Amino acid sequence: MAQIIKLKDKDTDFLEKIMELSGEQITLCEQCGTCSAGCPFVSEMDINPSQIMRLVMLGQESVMDSKTMWICASCFTCTVRCPRKLDLSKVSEALRQVTLRGAIDEIDIKEISDEEALKLPTIAVVGSFRKFTG
Amino acid sequence: MKIPYFPGCTLKTTAQNFEMSAIESAKKIGIEFIELPRWNCCGVVASLTSDDLMRHLAPVRNFIRVQEMNKQGLVKNENRLLTLCSMCYNTLSLSNLRMKNEADDLQKINDFMHREEENYDGNIEVVHFLSILEEMGFDKLAQKITKPLKDLKVASYYGCMLLRPKEVGIDDAEAPAILENFVKSLKAETVDWDAGSRCCGSYHTVNNVDIVYNLVKGIILDARKNGAEAIITSCPLCAFNLDVRQSEIKKDNPDFQTIPIFYFTQLMGIALGLDKKAVGLEFNKIDTEDILKKKKLI
Repeated sequence: MAQIIKLKDKDTDFLEKIMELSGEQITLCEQCGTCSAGCPFVSEMDINPSQIMRLVMLGQESVMDSKTMWICASCFTCTVRCPRKLDLSKVSEALRQVTLRGAIDEIDIKEISDEEALKLPTIAVVGSFRKFTG
Repeated sequence: MKIPYFPGCTLKTTAQNFEMSAIESAKKIGIEFIELPRWNCCGVVASLTSDDLMRHLAPVRNFIRVQEMNKQGLVKNENRLLTLCSMCYNTLSLSNLRMKNEADDLQKINDFMHREEENYDGNIEVVHFLSILEEMGFDKLAQKITKPLKDLKVASYYGCMLLRPKEVGIDDAEAPAILENFVKSLKAETVDWDAGSRCCGSYHTVNNVDIVYNLVKGIILDARKNGAEAIITSCPLCAFNLDVRQSEIKKDNPDFQTIPIFYFTQLMGIALGLDKKAVGLEFNKIDTEDILKKKKLI
């Protein structure tokens, strides 16, 4: 579905911060869309992965309002397919970290019911807390 | 052959069937797993930010344990660390890669862990059990099979962590064959399907289970469409999502046709003549016994 995205002035500091945290040269992205086409989670996202790359490239801090980075599960499907050899999983991690390092958690542990807590495998719980808490 | 073995947290809790079937199967082919003394959780997911070294401490600490095992004589000149859980494999491998490539990071971590008796020297190799089997030769494994899994159609589910990113993948990221070769060595039939390396939703199972339901449905439907009678995996989180979450899908949709989910080592154990108790079939959520009885395997 088409959507209108209003751009603000380019925030170069934001772009550089994400490039430093992720270690990825985001400006190399040529917007081919391979990442979005193969992402198993794309239908759950409000902004698709290639659009995230473009918005970060344009220094748009508004991407922080998107839920895309929280939906990304670091499955590395896009990473192995990017023709520019960019690691989008690292870009998502960098975006998550910007929020998490401000001590804002994405998950409320209290919301997990006792029944679920007993059933869930340890790796699910630890993995989730590592991705969703600062 | 004795090899240092890292179980990880989940193999001691919800994936006991994975551990017991792997250890017993390995014994049958002359491999003894020696569990790391004082191992600790690997961290489950690899840290992907450039500046976060803290989260590499847990993996490195385990590598030092392997060095110590060699000195203590628990293993002989064995620099390999064997894993079963795909997530442990991935996390340990990615940390190890960084330690091997970034001397400064390794130095910092060693300095930080000054209370360890020795530094990590960067020489440990993290290996997955499947790679050990491949190295030994699937033809050799085939020779040891006493109960061929004849006519059983098995879909190989790699998930993400065995294959991606490429630097640590145990096989080609887009066209893997190692699990299919394994299936053939058990004399079972492989299934050609699309969803074998599609993410199951991973840790979203904790707080966004609908994502997992959607992905699991897609994976199971694809397996069914291509004639699978069983799915194998080596990831306890994939197993939980495919098995437990699948059973919940079934509860809400009585017409949904389920498929049994096995750890690859459970089918290996059956083919090597272990009984159903030894491979822990009672821990699997979706019934696994019907299909095995139908094929006269238990």
